[in-house]
Amino acid sequence: MANAPPSTLLDEALDGKGAAVFSTSPAPGGRMILVEDCVETSGAFVVHHLLKRCLSPHSSDVVVFLSFAHPFSHYDRILRKMGCNLSVQRDNKRLMFLDMLVLERLGEDFMIRRDRGKTSEDVFIALFGEIQKAVEVCLSHEGRQHITVIIDDVSLMEVDANGSSNLVLDFLHYCYSLTAQLGCSLITLNHDDVYSNEDRPGLLLKLEYLADVVIKVEPLSTGLASDVHGQLTLSNKGIYDGSGKSRNKVHNFHFRIKDSSVEYFYPGSKT
Amino acid sequence: MAEWICRTLRDGGLEGEHAPALTINDTISCPLGSVVFDHILSQLSSFIFCQKSQSNGIVLVALSRSPLYYEQLLKSKGFDVVTSSTWFKILDCYTDPLGWRSKLVESGSIRSLSSGSSLTVNICKNVKDLDELFSSILELGKELSGDGKGRFTVAIDSVSSLLRQTSVSSVAALLTNLRSHGGFPRGNYLRNLRSLEETPQILILVDPKWIWILFFLLIADQVSSLFWLLHLDMHETRATAALEYMSSMKANIEPIFQSVDGPRGNSENLSLMEQNLRSGKFCVRVKRRNGRVRMMFEELSVEKSGIKFTPLSSEDQMTAQSLVPKVQFNLQLSEKERNDRAKVVLPFEHQGNGKTIQIYDGRKSLNDDKAETQHASVQKVDSNRGEIIYFRDSDDEMPDSDEDPDDDLDI
Repeated sequence: MANAPPSTLLDEALDGKGAAVFSTSPAPGGRMILVEDCVETSGAFVVHHLLKRCLSPHSSDVVVFLSFAHPFSHYDRILRKMGCNLSVQRDNKRLMFLDMLVLERLGEDFMIRRDRGKTSEDVFIALFGEIQKAVEVCLSHEGRQHITVIIDDVSLMEVDANGSSNLVLDFLHYCYSLTAQLGCSLITLNHDDVYSNEDRPGLLLKLEYLADVVIKVEPLSTGLASDVHGQLTLSNKGIYDGSGKSRNKVHNFHFRIKDSSVEYFYPGSKT
Repeated sequence: MAEWICRTLRDGGLEGEHAPALTINDTISCPLGSVVFDHILSQLSSFIFCQKSQSNGIVLVALSRSPLYYEQLLKSKGFDVVTSSTWFKILDCYTDPLGWRSKLVESGSIRSLSSGSSLTVNICKNVKDLDELFSSILELGKELSGDGKGRFTVAIDSVSSLLRQTSVSSVAALLTNLRSHGGFPRGNYLRNLRSLEETPQILILVDPKWIWILFFLLIADQVSSLFWLLHLDMHETRATAALEYMSSMKANIEPIFQSVDGPRGNSENLSLMEQNLRSGKFCVRVKRRNGRVRMMFEELSVEKSGIKFTPLSSEDQMTAQSLVPKVQFNLQLSEKERNDRAKVVLPFEHQGNGKTIQIYDGRKSLNDDKAETQHASVQKVDSNRGEIIYFRDSDDEMPDSDEDPDDDLDI
């Protein structure tokens, strides 16, 4: 049996140091991870890392991936460089990829049909139905403990909802309710800087309240650098769990994106 | 002080008075509102369980956390979930708040999903209809007492979720109706009166104003106390102000350590952020019957055993700690240094000795000049220190003029 992959600073921050079990979620129920990025530093690499973690051979987790941003081939190419074959995982039923960009073309395979008559709400209700069905089916299989729903990304989902942030929040609430009842985690990506500074508090704040873990990807405060591409701030909210491990922690470290992986290190420790 | 709030909610309101209402406010920088809500809910539960409270039970409107979460909370506090159904009811607005699941079950896409909790829950499938929500709360409240006349406490988690779905005015109306001992919603009053108008003979015999009193008597004194959670930064100021009017007690959770405006990677900022996830300042504002307002402060911290409230430590110390950056040199002043600093005479400042200071502006008159010259020359002879003495070349010279001295050049 292959050894567990070396855990990075990001993994340690998510699971806690010295986590005995390599799992996608330490909580029995599940949790929501929100990744926030901006134009200068894209947070997509965090989503890829988490996707690879979920599909690791050491976990029996299943992933439902809702893509509003890129087609399947894009993620396949990136994850292949990281050592994970998405096509094989999809064939093994460990990955369910819902490509929201080409849904009309694949309308025969999916129950969601973008008919002109249907409202955005109906489309989202149907989409939620698909997700819950996938969750139920996966969990009914033996040995399948956990399912993760990944959404890339929320701002494009809002475009699909014709700008209704309320509809997006309703949909995310329903997805979040799956984490409480079934073994399900939710990972979403959103952009910090696409919303204007209005007086009315926006979607971003409401997502931050909803999420259990918030990962902010930002450029360095000191400016551009060739060997450090940005910094990650991870706030792990949540009450003390049964094992006594504190989860109210804030972590900050720098990262460097390489061809096939990402290197995480504490500020100043890069030699 | 948190104990004081719990006791006030436990004791409820007097006859003919509005029920006491508590609003728990927090922000994203110190999101401990839900922890405080859980604490107050647990405290009231133990009072009710021991029958030391005015109310017979709690009706919890669960919007942002699942009934399963509350079941686990009760278990962790030592309550038996099975028997707690007699005094703890949940109106489940979390599992299917907009009826999406029902629609999917009807269309056969998914199978019906229970809330997962063994507590008795009523599921609400449309949180946008606040009249229906109100009736459901009253119905659950009636179930708590055998004869349907007992009083109960209402807890709402959270009002922010309600405000997202409906307007401020409807939420404010719901809270007011709950506070006024569970009388019928105002909308229903008008509908009931209109139905009476269809039978004019009743109107002749019964004075309309007696109908209102009859309604009050029938449904009087049901809600003993009420508390809810609100996230201040999720709403506009006018919305939060409107809800503040509905409450008799306001508990604000504020960060003790304000993050300094600086680079995010600053380690101090990060440690402050982490502190704010674990501790905060608990500020309570109470409106008393006689109209006076009482403010109380405490420090709250989240620990393994639960939440802890302690008296506030010295505020100066805290401010000093947060403002002074951690560097290697000593930025504090000793007592002697402070005294010396106070003794320094500042230039061009009114020292308060009764005299006005004349500030030289370069426009002195001839007499003054001569007097000063004489004075200066005398001084020169006497003093050993070096001085700069300036004698004007001529009085016709324009001193410190704004005009360009090269103006007379003909270029």
